[in-house]
Amino acid sequence: MNDTIIQLAYLAATALFIFSLKWMNDPATARRGVLAGVAAMVMAIAGTLINPGILAGNYKWIALAVILGTVIGVPLSWVPLTAVPQRTALSHAFGGLAAGLVGVAEFYLMASGQHEVTKFRVGALCAEVLLGFLTFTGSLMAAGKLQELKWIPSRPVTYRGQNLINLSLLAVAIICCVLLVVNPTEYRALFPVVVLLSLLFGVMLIIPIGGADMPTVIALLNSYAGLSAVAMGFMMDNKLLITAGALDGSSGLILSIIMCKAMNRSFTNVLFGAFGQVQAAAAGGEKKTVRSCTPTDAAQLMEAASLVVIVPGYGMAVAQAQHRVREIYDELTDRGVSVKFAIHPVAGRMPGHMNVLLAEAEIPYDDLVEMDEINPEMPQCDVCLVIGANDVVNPAARTDKSSPIFGMPIIDADKAKAVLAIKRSMNPGFAGIENALYYDEKTLMVFGDAKAVTGEIAKHLAGEEAA
Amino acid sequence: MKHLSLRTLVSAGIALAVGALARAEAVAAASLPIPVTPPPESHAASMDYVGTLFVFMLATFVGLDIIRRVSRLLHTPLMSLTNAISAIAVVGSILIAGQPHPNFIYNALGLVAIVASVTNIVSGFLITDRMLKMFKKREGAKR
Repeated sequence: MNDTIIQLAYLAATALFIFSLKWMNDPATARRGVLAGVAAMVMAIAGTLINPGILAGNYKWIALAVILGTVIGVPLSWVPLTAVPQRTALSHAFGGLAAGLVGVAEFYLMASGQHEVTKFRVGALCAEVLLGFLTFTGSLMAAGKLQELKWIPSRPVTYRGQNLINLSLLAVAIICCVLLVVNPTEYRALFPVVVLLSLLFGVMLIIPIGGADMPTVIALLNSYAGLSAVAMGFMMDNKLLITAGALDGSSGLILSIIMCKAMNRSFTNVLFGAFGQVQAAAAGGEKKTVRSCTPTDAAQLMEAASLVVIVPGYGMAVAQAQHRVREIYDELTDRGVSVKFAIHPVAGRMPGHMNVLLAEAEIPYDDLVEMDEINPEMPQCDVCLVIGANDVVNPAARTDKSSPIFGMPIIDADKAKAVLAIKRSMNPGFAGIENALYYDEKTLMVFGDAKAVTGEIAKHLAGEEAA
Repeated sequence: MKHLSLRTLVSAGIALAVGALARAEAVAAASLPIPVTPPPESHAASMDYVGTLFVFMLATFVGLDIIRRVSRLLHTPLMSLTNAISAIAVVGSILIAGQPHPNFIYNALGLVAIVASVTNIVSGFLITDRMLKMFKKREGAKR
């Protein structure tokens, strides 16, 4: 009887999770989606708590754990929006940890004869532990790199035979899993080996991955966290875990495919390609000249324009310049200049990062335009203002076959009538690739911190209006 | 748009129905008086895992279909929302933490897993809502 109620609660929770994601298709209904998600989660937890298998004496411990989780979770939701990529990576780590720990407990319960052992369950358990723990350490590494912790190099670390070592680690782990499936009691000593190898593999997998590839990797880890929940569902014969995990897994998968396409790279290339070393050869070429201008010149140039396209990148996020950018947006639109934001899918450090920052600055989302839609308009654009973006406007992606980013779809900033690029210095960006756009003769560089420069441009625009 | 979302719902319905069927079968098999210690490779057990594989496959198709339609504007909130949803691992964690075990260490593992999952649930939903609140249309944003 109780079991029917539990299964019905799970059924309703599954439907609500599907609605929750469905409502994310439009910003107008998206908040309803969160509500549906919360309702689903409440039903799932309530349904689990009435399970007759739970000992009455253990409720106080569960309550304590829930309170502790809430106490940690609430401050984690207050992070500044520039830190959202790190927070996301960190929460993938928590998700992986939870799955991994449940797997460990369940394995020893099976091994000691407490829980039923079938080959299918052991196989699922191995997948859960493998995915869970590699997501745990991998996401911690990713979060560390994104937070730019000193003891984790955010640049890719590579060495000879890296892929071979990583793949053999994984192969050994999988062989151990196969043996465990064949005979879990005889080979039970191999289980800790699987755990350790997964933890190690997670670290090794992320070490060679640099900042520019982070959006893809975060999306992939998102997918792994979901798949570990699916594996848990197989092991526990729980359909809610399977459906919710599958929704999460497919979300991560689609996001990483979008990111890969936006960089014209394959999965294997992102994971095993070690991108982002500075190209010594290209940097040592002929001396090129750059033209620069002051923020005041930049303001005057934009005032005279009729269409301004702003291309934001991670530099805008780091400098927290989005509010100044909004002031520029307001001043220009008040003068009848049409202003649009060109958003590259991989701009920033996670999928959709720029949209959230600009939304935070209260820029209406109707003016955030995707790459494919803005590119045909670029020849009509009078001024293209590039703020802290680099690789996503690098014309080498279209023209230079030797460039590591060749073939990557870019925002055609170079087709605009004039380009203003705000940059701290001429150092190459995160991916370490020289950008020919800065040496173009219609490009004016505005050197300085993005926040300071955009602030001055905004001040100049506001001052003119008052006079 | 309309018939597409209908398709999503229909496939969701099928996924759920298959799941419910497989579950019902498992419950029925469990309530039979004879198998006190069912052999690991029994017919019921093998049917049941095929049922879960069905659920997984259909749920994945539903997921791919829905996620593809999510507005690109909202990819960051989507990620934090799926974060919270993948914390459904809390269900497994509660079961491990709550059931009686020969040693409390098993419960302790489950409890740590609950802390980790609840952290994700709470922070995931809160931050998603915080971000979504900021997305405004042009009229609303004008001072």
